[in-house]
Amino acid sequence: MKNGALIAVVALLAIFLFGGVFYTVDETEQAIITQFGRPIGVAITEAGLHVKLPFIQKAQFFPKTLLEWNGDPGQIPTQDKTFIYVETFARWRINDPLKYYETVYNELAAQKKLDDILDAASFNFLSSHHLVEAVRNSNRLLEKEVIASAGLADSVQEQIAISLGRSGMNRGILEQAKPKLEKLGIELIDMRIKRINYVDEVRQKVYERMIAERKQISEKFRSEGKGESKKIEGDREKELKRIRSDAYRKAQEVKGKADAEAARIYADAYNKDPEFYSFVKTLDTYRQTLGQDSSLVLSTKSDFLRYLKGFRDVQ
Amino acid sequence: MPWQENPGRQNPWGKQEFNPEQLIKQFKTMLGAGFSGIWIVVAVILALWGVSCFYTIQPGEVGVIQRFGKFMRITDPGLNLKLPAGIESLTKLRVQYVYTEEFGTRTIQAGIDTEYAPSKQYIDEALMLTGDLNCAVAPWIVQFRIGDPYKFLFKVRDVKKTLRDLSEAVMRQVVGDRSINEVITERLTIATAVKTGLQQAMNDADTGITIVNVELKRTTVPDPVQPSFNEVNQSLQEKERTIYEAREAYNKVVPEASGEAQRVLREAEGYALERINQAKGDAARFVSLFTEYANAKEVTRRRLYLEAMQDVLPKLGMLYIIDPEQGGLLPLLNVEEKLRKEKKP
Repeated sequence: MKNGALIAVVALLAIFLFGGVFYTVDETEQAIITQFGRPIGVAITEAGLHVKLPFIQKAQFFPKTLLEWNGDPGQIPTQDKTFIYVETFARWRINDPLKYYETVYNELAAQKKLDDILDAASFNFLSSHHLVEAVRNSNRLLEKEVIASAGLADSVQEQIAISLGRSGMNRGILEQAKPKLEKLGIELIDMRIKRINYVDEVRQKVYERMIAERKQISEKFRSEGKGESKKIEGDREKELKRIRSDAYRKAQEVKGKADAEAARIYADAYNKDPEFYSFVKTLDTYRQTLGQDSSLVLSTKSDFLRYLKGFRDVQ
Repeated sequence: MPWQENPGRQNPWGKQEFNPEQLIKQFKTMLGAGFSGIWIVVAVILALWGVSCFYTIQPGEVGVIQRFGKFMRITDPGLNLKLPAGIESLTKLRVQYVYTEEFGTRTIQAGIDTEYAPSKQYIDEALMLTGDLNCAVAPWIVQFRIGDPYKFLFKVRDVKKTLRDLSEAVMRQVVGDRSINEVITERLTIATAVKTGLQQAMNDADTGITIVNVELKRTTVPDPVQPSFNEVNQSLQEKERTIYEAREAYNKVVPEASGEAQRVLREAEGYALERINQAKGDAARFVSLFTEYANAKEVTRRRLYLEAMQDVLPKLGMLYIIDPEQGGLLPLLNVEEKLRKEKKP
């Protein structure tokens, strides 16, 4: 008797548990109910415990959360004929599970649809704009004073005014793709360019350009150094000449003044009797100038020798 | 299965509801009565199931309770109750912990000398275009917390991937608006801008993530370009060195020249003193002599003359004396020759 009751309870439990009367919808999920494969009713987006008919009805679950998508539109030539690789990503959610179930059926197919639509849109946008548009986001003035002061023309940028910028481009692609995806029960939330890189050949060229640019800056620094050094050298020469000539001038002035003073002193003294001065001075000069190398012819009529011929007073 | 959670945990209710002796007695009677073992199995299963009602949340964690998949509540650290497994489920989240995501670099072994993966391996994450269309390598890390457990668990399927994708996108957007020089020198500004932008993006995506910190590691340029960037630094050093050398040469001679100038000036002053003193001396001598001379002009004159002759004549090489009254009978002198002969040896 008791065994029979137990079996009945277990059987009922089995029907409830495995026969599929109850089903739970997780907070991250939504579900639709299909009857013999055909969806019926509305989507169940409320999480929790739900009831359906066992065996004939089946619950199909779809994520309710934000889903990811990674794009790879491949190699894209931009409007300025630069070849770039682009990586994109998008976030989307299943907005209308019924429509989604009918049109794309599962996520694999959905990802494929997203590939088709978003990669094409990205390609269109990027190839019809300059690379700068995708790289930059605003017309913010770049700080490049080193290069500017090197006197280099800004050959790379030619300052294309940014009309879209990266976020504008993201928005553009999003808006272009959104209506197409709505038909599939998919809501495109966000679409962004993740990475942009040059293809290898272009990258080499860019590296070469960067190297050349740096080399020019290096040379500029070196020549600035040399220039400054020459200037200092010139300053040095100038300073030396100034100091030396200044000293010479002052010395000459001092000497000149002294000479003048001396001349005045001499004049004051010698003016007392110029004749006597010249007499005394001449005698001094004789002392100093006449010597071993001098020969002198003296007449016996000279004052010095006049006594040689007699001692009479001549006068 | 859910009731396997917390295995081995004792049910504290068992002791309160049943007297142990009674329980054993009952047990024995049940066995003695020949009851089938199925009831024991059912009892054990029910007991284990009951155990799943209790759970502990560690400090720094929260527990998120879902009933039949539906979000019910968030519980705080401590011992908590929930409906048994199968009805309510628990997810523990470390909400205080700061998680780190690395871009363009990986920590292999953290420690005193933290070991990083070779940077080439993750170069693609860090290689980006700058606003002046140059290439920069900028690795960075993002530190974040789970700010909103509900959003973190239920709003986005793959939060980590979303965070990584958005980080890369935001970083490149910020770097894309800066020149290569700015990327290399203004890391802090960029990190701040990325933090703001990333937090905004994470909020927009309902990830429930709070960005704690964004930090740029050493920003640089790709390897092939690196030498030329180093060269710029070198040339800057070279420039300064050249200037210092020139200054050195300047400092070497200019102060010396100033000193030399002082010397020349002093010398001139010395000359002036000497000249004036000489003049004064000469003048004084002359004046003294003159005073005496004025007293006895004739005699003094003669004396001076004769004294001079006395000094001069003995020093002379040759002295010829002629008498004009002899009338042209000048001795033939070969003065020149004599002088030459004397000078030659």
